[in-house]
Amino acid sequence: MIQVEGLSKRYGRTLAVDNITFGAGRGEILGFLGPNGAGKTTTMRVLTCFLPPTSGTARVAGYDVLDQPLEVKRRIGYLPELPPLYPEMRVAEYLAFVGRIKGVLKQKLAARVSDVIETCALKEVRTTLLGRLSRGYRQRVGLAQAIIHEPQILVLDEPTAGLDPKQIIETRGLIKSLGGDHTIILSSHILSEVQATCQRVIIINAGRLVAVDTPENLTARLQGHATVYLQAEGPAEQVRDKLERVAGVVAVKPHGPPDGRPAFEIEVAKGRDVRAELARAVVHGGWPLLELRTMGLSLEEIFLQLTREEQEASPVEDTPQGKEKEAAQ
Amino acid sequence: MRNILTIARKELKTYFTSPIAYIVLAIGGVIFGFFFYSALAFFVQRGMEMEMYGRGMPMNVNEYVVRPLLLNLSVISLFLVPMITMRLYAEEKRSGTIELLLTSPVRDLELVLGKLLAAFLLFGGILLVALINLSLLFFFGNADWKPLLAGLLGLALLGTAFLSLGMLLSTFTSNQIVAGSLTFGLFLMLWVADWVSSYSGTTVGQVASYISVTTHIENFAKGVIDLRDVVYYLSVIFLGVFLTHRSLESLRWRS
Repeated sequence: MIQVEGLSKRYGRTLAVDNITFGAGRGEILGFLGPNGAGKTTTMRVLTCFLPPTSGTARVAGYDVLDQPLEVKRRIGYLPELPPLYPEMRVAEYLAFVGRIKGVLKQKLAARVSDVIETCALKEVRTTLLGRLSRGYRQRVGLAQAIIHEPQILVLDEPTAGLDPKQIIETRGLIKSLGGDHTIILSSHILSEVQATCQRVIIINAGRLVAVDTPENLTARLQGHATVYLQAEGPAEQVRDKLERVAGVVAVKPHGPPDGRPAFEIEVAKGRDVRAELARAVVHGGWPLLELRTMGLSLEEIFLQLTREEQEASPVEDTPQGKEKEAAQ
Repeated sequence: MRNILTIARKELKTYFTSPIAYIVLAIGGVIFGFFFYSALAFFVQRGMEMEMYGRGMPMNVNEYVVRPLLLNLSVISLFLVPMITMRLYAEEKRSGTIELLLTSPVRDLELVLGKLLAAFLLFGGILLVALINLSLLFFFGNADWKPLLAGLLGLALLGTAFLSLGMLLSTFTSNQIVAGSLTFGLFLMLWVADWVSSYSGTTVGQVASYISVTTHIENFAKGVIDLRDVVYYLSVIFLGVFLTHRSLESLRWRS
């Protein structure tokens, strides 16, 4: 559905996006991850035909953003970082206006408006002025305007920014439920969010593509070892001693400040699950086992690690280009 | 075409849900009303004087009331048009809604024409308010409607020319005050441009008086529809629309 090749965008002298290549297939939810100013919004603006690319091509649903922008725009629903609301309009009225300029047929307009009001849970604010809405509702109206013309592709720029935790969970649910028949690109600088909603993640930093993969693969790629967290009640030295002797354990590191209940990060050789043995070892020593769990690398850590690698040895050439092309087809 | 109407409808709605439309119409109405009263009072007084002394020629309402009022109306629109146009793009740029419009399947030209249409309809409201005043002349006097119609046509052309230039200036900035000031400054310059003609050489003078908006409205106010004047206003309108269209396009490339 989306094919981006060698896309660059230059603002005067600054290069906002530097030679990015990626793709997204039908029904896929693609996460765009990066710190503020990494080029996420710029890339999205190119995809939505708001900005022309400096070089490279972007095709949406088979149409080039430069050659056939109207066709592209008809097929894309876009939620900018700041929902584009007219403060003096009322919710239903605004949605009808957006429907009209997005080309929804007159006969279907009323039905579409009530549909999106239903989907985005806007019933109780139907006739409220947009300027009076709270942040959460604004975001939802923004989402509603993006889907009103039933686009095949949704581009959401930080859809959960500024929402409270309950709203974030609701919005994520909404995005996931849309994922079935829409191709969705969403950007975020909050990594857990991308982890929660996206099937594939693109990490971008300073305009460059750092990695493209599933959240799970990214975690696996960066982790040589699995890490297990263990807390027991007992003398730290003896517990540690005992743990180090369990087969498959690579290293045992103390975790956090010792407060009489020693906690450890235990690195385990890849592919082995030694949790049972660890538990047995602790219990065998006569110490109560308080906690035992595997620690995954969070995307935060992955992100920091990847961008650090990038700075150390730029440019990183291990982005799986082949994989993307497959996905794009 | 449908897009133009959609945009125009939305713009009109914005004008009338915000105080802008009411303020513009009220200011226009009050000021024109004052001019109308003064012109009429003067006319009536002169008329009575003439009756008393029993001399002079019969006075013509069109010449003594309608014509100066139409010229006054063009001065009023000089002040009111910037109020109408300054928000057209500046507001959208500030609030980010321009992103919605420019990512919708609407051609830039449709957007430009839709906005111009809405602004024109509001401006037409000012003319309508003026016309309510002037219509009294038909009830209580013997005014001639043809020169008035020509004058209104001229004002509509002048207004649209102003609106299209104001709209152009509004695309340059996201600050309404800046857009408004630039517009007003430009109009004032166009207004006084023909002053040069009184003391400079023939060529410069001719060019200056051609460029000036004043010289062209005078014929219309007299009731004369001269093709030169019509062409002048139409070319200004075309220029404004064309440059606005270009400016929108460059907005994408610059930002």
